[in-house]
Amino acid sequence: MATVTVTPQRGILRRPMATTGWWSWFTTVDHKKIGIMYGISSFLFFVLGGVEALLIRSQLAKPSNTLLNADQYNQIFTMHGLTMIFLFVMPMSAAFFNYLIPLMIGARDVAFPRLNALSFWVFLLGALFLNSSWFLGGAPDGGWFGYAPLSTTDPGNGMTFYALGLIITGVASTVGAINLAITVINMRAPGMSLFRMPPFVWMGLVVQFLLAFSLPIITVALFELLFDRRWDTAFFDPTRGGEPLLWQHMFWLFGHPEVYILILPAFGIFSEILPVFAKKPLFGYQFVVFSGIAIGFIGFGVWVHHMFAAGLGPVANTAFGISTAIIAVPTGVKIFNWMGTLYGGDLHLDPPMLFAIGGIAMFVVGGLSGVTHSIVPSDYQQTDTYYIVAHFHYVLFGGAIFAFFAAFYYWWPKVFGRMLPQRWGKVQFWILLIGFNLTFAPMHILGLGGMIRREYTYPASLGLTIWNQMASVGAFTIALSVLLFIILVIRTQLKPAGLENDDPWDARTVEWMTASPPPPYNFEEIPTVHSLDEFWHRKYAEDETGRLVRVPAGASGEEHPSAGGHSIHLPSPSFWPIVVSLGFPILGYGVLYSWWLVAAGAVVIVVGLTGWALEPSVAD
Amino acid sequence: MAADVHSEIEYTSTGLRSTKLAMWLFLASECLLFGGLITAYVLYRGQSTSGPYPQDVFDIGYTSVSSFVLLASSLTMVLSHNAALARDYARMRLWLLATAMLGLCFVGGQVFEFTSFFREGLTIHTNLFGSTFFLLTGFHGVHVTVGILMLLMLVAFSFRGSLSDEPAFPVEMVGLYWHFVDIVWIVIFTVVYLIPAPAPHGAV
Repeated sequence: MATVTVTPQRGILRRPMATTGWWSWFTTVDHKKIGIMYGISSFLFFVLGGVEALLIRSQLAKPSNTLLNADQYNQIFTMHGLTMIFLFVMPMSAAFFNYLIPLMIGARDVAFPRLNALSFWVFLLGALFLNSSWFLGGAPDGGWFGYAPLSTTDPGNGMTFYALGLIITGVASTVGAINLAITVINMRAPGMSLFRMPPFVWMGLVVQFLLAFSLPIITVALFELLFDRRWDTAFFDPTRGGEPLLWQHMFWLFGHPEVYILILPAFGIFSEILPVFAKKPLFGYQFVVFSGIAIGFIGFGVWVHHMFAAGLGPVANTAFGISTAIIAVPTGVKIFNWMGTLYGGDLHLDPPMLFAIGGIAMFVVGGLSGVTHSIVPSDYQQTDTYYIVAHFHYVLFGGAIFAFFAAFYYWWPKVFGRMLPQRWGKVQFWILLIGFNLTFAPMHILGLGGMIRREYTYPASLGLTIWNQMASVGAFTIALSVLLFIILVIRTQLKPAGLENDDPWDARTVEWMTASPPPPYNFEEIPTVHSLDEFWHRKYAEDETGRLVRVPAGASGEEHPSAGGHSIHLPSPSFWPIVVSLGFPILGYGVLYSWWLVAAGAVVIVVGLTGWALEPSVAD
Repeated sequence: MAADVHSEIEYTSTGLRSTKLAMWLFLASECLLFGGLITAYVLYRGQSTSGPYPQDVFDIGYTSVSSFVLLASSLTMVLSHNAALARDYARMRLWLLATAMLGLCFVGGQVFEFTSFFREGLTIHTNLFGSTFFLLTGFHGVHVTVGILMLLMLVAFSFRGSLSDEPAFPVEMVGLYWHFVDIVWIVIFTVVYLIPAPAPHGAV
């Protein structure tokens, strides 16, 4: 076993040794534990963002409602967007990437295990920092894209928290992106060439590059916003020559790649699950990979379609209208790949498959309404109406969140050694699908009927009441489905762990070749990879007539060599990631309240990094 | 960044060390950070609605000298890496210290420059020029300061004997960062100081 003996060191913080017990979660550098922590924290933020959504829908459930006043409503819809995007979908993707990428490429851990812990703790503390604004004078209330000059002149500290909170979570994402990208590039098992990697790993790689190249742009914009607010600079102040439009450009130059940062993980999940439950290889693997890469590149060239109504002129609008129509092509290619995978397959409609098919269908609806935005005159009608709200919820909720539920059901036995209940999972799927469509389909009609996004109330005379009521009922139906999921999770986790079969889905990829849940060192023997869908090819061969036959266990010659007593060196736990990450919120509060705190935060970070540099990653 | 040099695993898919790849990807990401800051400066050239304007405060001769000092530090950085490769650790420490000192001279020069601009009435909130100038050069100054800290840490670790078995590698990593910061300064110096600004907004 991989128990690592550690000699106590000199120093203020003695090196932690335990790899079990509650305290070990704070010092762990194991990608699996970090993945689980990412998953739990981002799910809690999903629930928080969901409660905010329910408040929004309760306020809009009847005309001229007074449940919330305009100011509270502004804070709640802004935090709903920020929470769902930055504190739920992004870190939940990070959770799956963290847990699965090393297992899928046959590695024992990520390239930089301590940096991995750092990115988790910085994310969590940054997220708590952003939410602490509720108690410190009010949350951000300028919308998730924080357009200047509203965001620069807004009184209170809300938008300052917005700038600082997003800078901090951006640090976490950048560190994580570099780490995971290098893991994929450099930590693959022997034989795992780039085109033998599972599509989920490919989409992960594209996402990490998108993060590494788009986050610095928003970071600059956020610093300019922060300085405008805190030190009265002139970046977005039109009275002193500044251009509010610059904020829009910088935000969306980040914001559109961000859309693909949110959805490509879902594409990876669909591409993993469909072949397993259709008992067929992914149709056109190379097309899935290359269209993902194409989306990554084109994603940097479509940002102005968020700004068609900003008055940039017909040439810019036309050019970006065309590029927007073009980016629908690689996305459409993927849809056909998935349909090709299903075609003629032996379909098993277990919960992961239901959520995947449902997610793809909902994403197609959102994708089609997205194409209508690339037609500039049509977009003028839709901009800032509920039609836009409907569109991006169909792609992000329909795409990303359905994919996450598919992934929960699919990989739950891998991660926890327990199956989520299948029958109840199907019930949850249908409740979610109905609730989702009940909520967001009427929003198309609301938007085209003239209901403006972000209005905190509306008069009965507009005739929009019935559609709003439908959406509100739908929102609570979604909440019911999520509640059911939470109950299923609790009931499942209360049962003892243990699967009859470590490979319950008859899966295809390398992560299923080890025990479920995997041991700390992932694989007793690092597998040598010979093909795409390696595990499938080890399990099945063709007989003379071309029919699939199962290879008897052990016959392929390579499985289960005895662990043979040789020790596996794993990276040791460390205090330093959490110490360094503590410096970031201290710095953040310092910018708001006192230079002394800024200095304290900087000292914590420098001291932490020094201790980190002095500590070998594997204690000996 | 140089922190994880110990975590190297012998086998890697590309044959390159992960730390080095990570450093390159980090620097690529930094390119976009400085790209954004420089873009903001260029877009706002000549847009200030009140003085002081660049030509009122810049002392090209002074900044040329401090730029030369910073560029010279790239040479000493290379010399320290060469010494580390030759396992001549005394010389390596000497050149690392020299690099840090040159960097300190540059940062000191920047502090002096900022102070004199301040006396001439240019602060970060005076006008658009002040905002873009101080944010861009300030970000660069912070990067140089971080580099100096890493250089001094390398020297300290080397005395303490805790610099892994192969000090040339962490020196090379810090060197990559240091050269990057120098190269960025060449761009900033050219764009901000050398290319003459258009006439001030509204001025004749």
